[in-house]
Amino acid sequence: MTQQEALFRYALRLGDNALIQGHRLSEWCSKGPILEEDLALTNIALDNIGLAQAFLKYAAAIEGKGRTEDDLAYKRGERQFYNHQIAELPIGDFAFTIGKQLLISAFEVQLFSALSQSMDETIAGIAAKGLKESRYHFVHSRDWCYRLGEGTELSHAKLQQAIDDLWTYTGEFFEMAPEDTILLVAGIAADLDAMRLNWKETVTGVLSEATIRVPEDDFMQTGSRQGIHTEHLGHILSEMQYLQRAYPDATW
Amino acid sequence: MVTTHSKEEIFGLLSAIHDPEIPVVTIREMGMLRDVILQGEQCEVIITPTYTGCPAMGIIEQDIIDLLRKNGITEVKVTTSYSPSWTTDWMTAETKEKLRKYGIAPPIHSSCVNWLQPKNLLVSCPRCGSSETSLISQFGSTACKALYSCKSCKEPFEYFKCH
Repeated sequence: MTQQEALFRYALRLGDNALIQGHRLSEWCSKGPILEEDLALTNIALDNIGLAQAFLKYAAAIEGKGRTEDDLAYKRGERQFYNHQIAELPIGDFAFTIGKQLLISAFEVQLFSALSQSMDETIAGIAAKGLKESRYHFVHSRDWCYRLGEGTELSHAKLQQAIDDLWTYTGEFFEMAPEDTILLVAGIAADLDAMRLNWKETVTGVLSEATIRVPEDDFMQTGSRQGIHTEHLGHILSEMQYLQRAYPDATW
Repeated sequence: MVTTHSKEEIFGLLSAIHDPEIPVVTIREMGMLRDVILQGEQCEVIITPTYTGCPAMGIIEQDIIDLLRKNGITEVKVTTSYSPSWTTDWMTAETKEKLRKYGIAPPIHSSCVNWLQPKNLLVSCPRCGSSETSLISQFGSTACKALYSCKSCKEPFEYFKCH
């Protein structure tokens, strides 16, 4: 793998994570438990889609084959997507979405903080923006964890169940693929392995405060670095890509 | 007819473009207009988004192209740049005052100190000036604003978040 190929894969993964997370969150539009949350979740979705556009545009430019960010979003099959499996999981109930957002945003604060120092100027610039946004996402989900965890018996139970179910998907955050290793040497990628402790400390801090038990690290799901996904990604793509598949190259 | 404009003149022209979401301020006042690069016949305008997913970017790009065309500059390229990344620190005191008069509480301190504890921020009501306000939600009608309510005049209002 050349450095250029590694950078393409890396930008693609960053873009795919943002795209699939954003798509999932957008499903809350008009379905939020209260109006303010409807706005908050869709605002976060919009941040994600914006980030996806920036990263995928960069990936397309690195590849240099004349593809655009739209081609990458709408004309790839699921085995060519590299987002973490946690991103594609269905939104579930509100507690599940909040738990998912906590685990993801705590990771993104770490990731974008490291990438804002990247030797690659474009990655660093986009990550610096992503960092500011993911801090707001983190605070949003953290405060909801406190409310749900210390709310009623039911809200506590739902958040606990969500965290228990999601934990097995968090191992993927820290997997170093060949592209990570190549780009880490060049000062472009982040050292994911080094983030694991900080991430766990942050998440454990929030969950303990919210009186939620932190699951033991046990079996961790894996595969997305090779394009292997849960059964849910195909369903997202069939909806997201419908128009481009049915009417190729349709424009507004 | 080919019209030749200097960089300063083009900046001057573009200063007339307003932020589609907050029409009382211009894209230049918001710090979104970063640079103008003239190369032969081509005029490249560099803009930066306030937020990555800012839906106003497409409209701003079109506004720039339309305005420059009207002034005889036909070869226009608009480039979105993320570096250096936009910050509310670029807003002048004058711009912040315009926001306040429009009903949006301007960002308080320079970028993002205290981001972990947003409730500790003392945001004053843009209508009555009271500091007796409370945070309703960190996300308002757009990603760049939070929702507050004023306990004195009982009105809800938006606060432009530090970024």
